[in-house]
Amino acid sequence: MFENLLRKRDFYAGMLMTLLGIGVTFNATTYSLGTLMHMGPGMFPFILGIVLTFLGLLIFGTGVVTPLGDDEHILPKQREWRGWACILLGPIMFIILGEFFGMVPATFSCVFVSAMGDREATWKGSFLLAAGITFFGVLLFAYVLQVPFPMFRWGH
Amino acid sequence: MLATALTDLWYGFGVALEPHNVMWCFVGVLVGNMVGVLPGMGPLATISILLPLTFGIKPVGAILMLSGVFYGAQYGGAICSILLNLPCHPPHAVTCLDGFPLTKQGRGGAALGITVISSFVGASWGITEMIFLSPILVRVALQFGPAEICSLMLLGLLAGSTLARGSPIKGVAMTVVGLLIGIVGSDIETGTPRFTFGIPNLFDGIEIVALALGLFGIAEFMKSINQLSEVDTKYTKVSFKDLRPTRDEFRRSVPAMFRGTIIGSLCALIPGTGPTIASFVSYAVEKKISKTPEKFGTGMIEGVACPEASTHSSVQGDFIPTMSLGIPGDAVMALILGALMIQGIVPGPQLISEHPDIFWGLVASFWIGNIMLVILNVPMIGLWVKLLTIPYKYLYPSALFFVAIGVYSTNNDMFQVGEVVVIGVIGYLLLLLDFHPAPILLGFVLGPRFEENFRRAMLISRGDVLVFIKHPISAVFVGLCVLLIGMQIYIRLRKPKVVQENIPLVELAK
Repeated sequence: MFENLLRKRDFYAGMLMTLLGIGVTFNATTYSLGTLMHMGPGMFPFILGIVLTFLGLLIFGTGVVTPLGDDEHILPKQREWRGWACILLGPIMFIILGEFFGMVPATFSCVFVSAMGDREATWKGSFLLAAGITFFGVLLFAYVLQVPFPMFRWGH
Repeated sequence: MLATALTDLWYGFGVALEPHNVMWCFVGVLVGNMVGVLPGMGPLATISILLPLTFGIKPVGAILMLSGVFYGAQYGGAICSILLNLPCHPPHAVTCLDGFPLTKQGRGGAALGITVISSFVGASWGITEMIFLSPILVRVALQFGPAEICSLMLLGLLAGSTLARGSPIKGVAMTVVGLLIGIVGSDIETGTPRFTFGIPNLFDGIEIVALALGLFGIAEFMKSINQLSEVDTKYTKVSFKDLRPTRDEFRRSVPAMFRGTIIGSLCALIPGTGPTIASFVSYAVEKKISKTPEKFGTGMIEGVACPEASTHSSVQGDFIPTMSLGIPGDAVMALILGALMIQGIVPGPQLISEHPDIFWGLVASFWIGNIMLVILNVPMIGLWVKLLTIPYKYLYPSALFFVAIGVYSTNNDMFQVGEVVVIGVIGYLLLLLDFHPAPILLGFVLGPRFEENFRRAMLISRGDVLVFIKHPISAVFVGLCVLLIGMQIYIRLRKPKVVQENIPLVELAK
């Protein structure tokens, strides 16, 4: 029953929820709990924290009693580190370049960087896609929807 | 009752036929149909992306458009299932079973034609149901005090999380996580900042746009990248005149259509059982009552008509608890409710009387939208089929840009773009651990109202927790909650045949 525990997905899922529940419960006690009649800001999260801890333990428990499944690997078989990194880097580039240089560089870099995450992506293809999206995106958001976001700026 | 309903509906058509509303409805169903066809983009991601764009338009137009995306995507999803055997939209996964064999026999066009007819029949019934049931529900719900509202919400949350895909316990855990995310920000009564970690940008709470785009945008992209293989377009040459079913096919489909419609509308009334469950149940029923059950899976037109009708009648029926009680049954409905709240409209039973233009306009727009969809789908089938071939590698970077700028434009705050990235990573982690993130949104949207009513109920009852079973109506809801949990335990211990038979399909739908 316990031998394969560390290889089971529900072991980690249950653990995550339990820890989150305990954390929330303790954090909630730092706000005033009040009484059941006059509930303070801490009461509702306190109750939720306890419920979540209990659910976490339940997930953990079902993980213990069910036999090891065929595919208990948490990460998928093909790990797309490059894809994942590019998807996350895209919006991050958008934040950084948008904050300091404006909408056009932000849009271009966001699309370009995230497009490079595909396994078949080429520099040229990504460049063209980024250029196209930048053109239409700026047209839509800056001219039609008038989002207050300068197209170019220097510094903050 | 019929007379008032017809007057209200007449008024609704007046609202929905205003030129700008017709336009938004058209934009909605067009975009919906498009993303329904595109493999790898679902209605959830699309509605989240469009949500920030609706801030500038009037509430009626915004709701019409976002709802249009939802039911429009159902039409598109069927094309994907029947012609490509790709169950990328869970409600249509079951349509693959008989739809694709029909395509291989060269009858794919007829299957699509039947789908369009069934969809329209199913949707029309769902809308009719909404017209007559909502006012009744509202009349009852207006009598509710905080205790009743609270237990009704509890029932909605439990149903939404346990009846959805995946493990019920994990679903409930996700709902609790959603409720907790809803707490972030200043407490409504005392103003105490909660779970803000001292970051001033979090004092106003987490934006629904940021949450939805993180969970259904970034996390979904991380899951799908490099996973979608090139689609096989061998069978996708379908033209307008192929859509006509033969007399025999039509004769066999009609009763199946009506059975599907009834099953779908029943499923819609149970909160949490959305279109996906409706389509699975109706397929199983159709197979059971058929004289030739062994032929199912080899291209039976009934196996297409029945689940499609049931999906659509359930999709429209889903709006009933959302609009009349303010309790969404699934994540899409939660998003639409969130859109209403952003527009400053408080959801709940008073919505129909306070904003009749939204409610009746929406009902009328369903019909207009469904007629538009039939018109869009029948002559333009070739165009939709072409859309199937747009590769994912162009799709997701463009979508990421819309995610980033959409979140930025809600408050002109770059911090929220960062929030999306963080929520996206967490969402992907949860997906890897087999948690389905949809209930998070449900909890998030209902959370603040749930807490408010809970506190109020406790105050009125002087801190007596038993108030929830002392009031008869509330006790019924609590009883239903217990029944729901009991049922789940029963199913766990003894898996019914239908589930076992369809396990490969359920896996497919994931």
